[in-house]
Amino acid sequence: MRNALATLFLGLSMLLPIAGAPGQAQAQDGPLRIEITDGVIEPLPFATPDFIADTPAASQYAADIARVIASDLVGSGLFREIPKVAYISSYSDFDAAVNFTDWKAINAQALITGAVNVSGDRISVRFRAYDVFAGQELGSGLQLSGTAEGWRRIAHKVADTIYSRLTGEGGYFDSRVVFVSETGPKNDRKKRLAIMDYDGANVQYLTSSNDIVLAPRFSPTGDRVLYTSYESGFPQIHVLDVGKVQRRILSAGNGIMSFAPRFAPDGQTVVYSQSEGGNSDLYSMNINSGATQRLTSAPSIETAPSFSPDGSQIVFESDRSGASQLYIMAATGGEAKRISFGQGRYGTPVWSPRGDYIAFTKQNAGRFHIGVMRTDGSEERLLTASFLDEGPTWSPNGRVIMFTRETQGAAGQARLYSVDVSGRNLKPVKTPDGASDPSWSPLQK
Amino acid sequence: MSRLKTAVILVAGLALAACSDARWDDASSGSGGAGQITPGSAGDPTSPAYFREAIGDRVLFLVDQSSISPTAQTILAGQARWLNANPDYVVTIEGHADEQGTREYNLALGARRANSAREYLISQGVAADRIQVVSFGKERPIEICSEESCYSQNRRAVTVLAGGAVVG
Repeated sequence: MRNALATLFLGLSMLLPIAGAPGQAQAQDGPLRIEITDGVIEPLPFATPDFIADTPAASQYAADIARVIASDLVGSGLFREIPKVAYISSYSDFDAAVNFTDWKAINAQALITGAVNVSGDRISVRFRAYDVFAGQELGSGLQLSGTAEGWRRIAHKVADTIYSRLTGEGGYFDSRVVFVSETGPKNDRKKRLAIMDYDGANVQYLTSSNDIVLAPRFSPTGDRVLYTSYESGFPQIHVLDVGKVQRRILSAGNGIMSFAPRFAPDGQTVVYSQSEGGNSDLYSMNINSGATQRLTSAPSIETAPSFSPDGSQIVFESDRSGASQLYIMAATGGEAKRISFGQGRYGTPVWSPRGDYIAFTKQNAGRFHIGVMRTDGSEERLLTASFLDEGPTWSPNGRVIMFTRETQGAAGQARLYSVDVSGRNLKPVKTPDGASDPSWSPLQK
Repeated sequence: MSRLKTAVILVAGLALAACSDARWDDASSGSGGAGQITPGSAGDPTSPAYFREAIGDRVLFLVDQSSISPTAQTILAGQARWLNANPDYVVTIEGHADEQGTREYNLALGARRANSAREYLISQGVAADRIQVVSFGKERPIEICSEESCYSQNRRAVTVLAGGAVVG
């Protein structure tokens, strides 16, 4: 566990295990654990008192960090926070023994405590998690440090650690989302690329709103973004370096439309649609050499490709059999196998990072849905229904799906929503303006 | 009137001032307006405004379709006649879709529609190298309600003129 965490946190900054909490109980019946199943689950009640400020400069962060951690955990739908007014024990010393009786009395099954130290522009956060009813620490305490302006990331990493310890799965809170920010009326909409933390904080704009931009996608390491822009007057694929905000056009060619670009897991190969003579087919390109390869040759529409996590296969949508359906083929092209057979039209398939499901948009009987199916097309489940839902993207742990929901009518607006892969916990994602086409990054290093 | 004509010609950048009056008179008598028609207006059959308004710059499509209807054939045939008579112009055909459909599918569908219109113009004698196509998918609706009355106007291919002689 310690090694895995050390690797996870490597890029952020220093990570230190800290000494065990005093007064631990000796044994318990089994670790506190949330079993994530498709059935209804009761959220696990927990308490997170404001962290202790070790230094005066830390006081402004002490409460905020605890709030971000609580917001992450509650937002997952797997946890319920016990309000501060219910607390019996006060919490004022990170190293003092925990009075488990007082936390048991208010039914806090987990307790998260922490302390914050700020020195110059450096912040360090120590935290511990407790299994209240077993009367012992959950895993060992950890210390995270980094720049003070990155305090939210540290809070997200704490929440990811707690989430992992209690679910046995990877977290998803220390991640970002690139999306299209939308302003203006429906018949004069301005679009620009934006990036933010997964919870809507720290929004930054990456392009101007002079040209239409569509459907960004992160690279496998989150350092670059592929998207479609009308900068040349035609839809063409671009790649943007997120750190440097440098961009370049990948497809040239006068008047040749290319769109729907996605990275392969190797981070070098891009698969996309190109339209010539009214016919859209899938191509792949090595973005270093510029060498391209045609993957499909059909008179039908082939678009919205997505790689399997191992890079060996591509799922895509095609209307070769009439209404759009989902197909899987080898990453090098060739024969494709249809996997969707339900009523209606299927589009925008996206392979889960775990490899277990394919999320998709379904259009049927005048409604749109986000759904998931196994990679062989079995076990199709629709998670949402509205006037217009589209464009799913997976959280790094394959647990949550974010998508675009657009409302009906002349005043219709696009917003981002997220939903658990089980169909629970549907909720809007906060953005400053209208928003569409989210792409979720991997966990940050 | 004479002063006005001269001004128009200067704006158009024609250097041959000495014989410009004769050329202009020839052109205006050819437009059949007996001096009543403002050059460049929709009443002037050589004007882009005439192309847009009298002939019609757009054709409409059925849901998820890109085939050219009989009504659309009439409009495109008119466009082709105009383009054949006005060879200085080139066109971009913009394909569009209504909001029912995913973003990327609609991009591909708009490309199909623009190309259908292009093929029809070519079949009517317009040179292929005068026509380029672009798809806007569902990104540029002109009508904004979420009903068929709006959708039917948004499923369109619009022929946009460029180039051509400068008309004052």
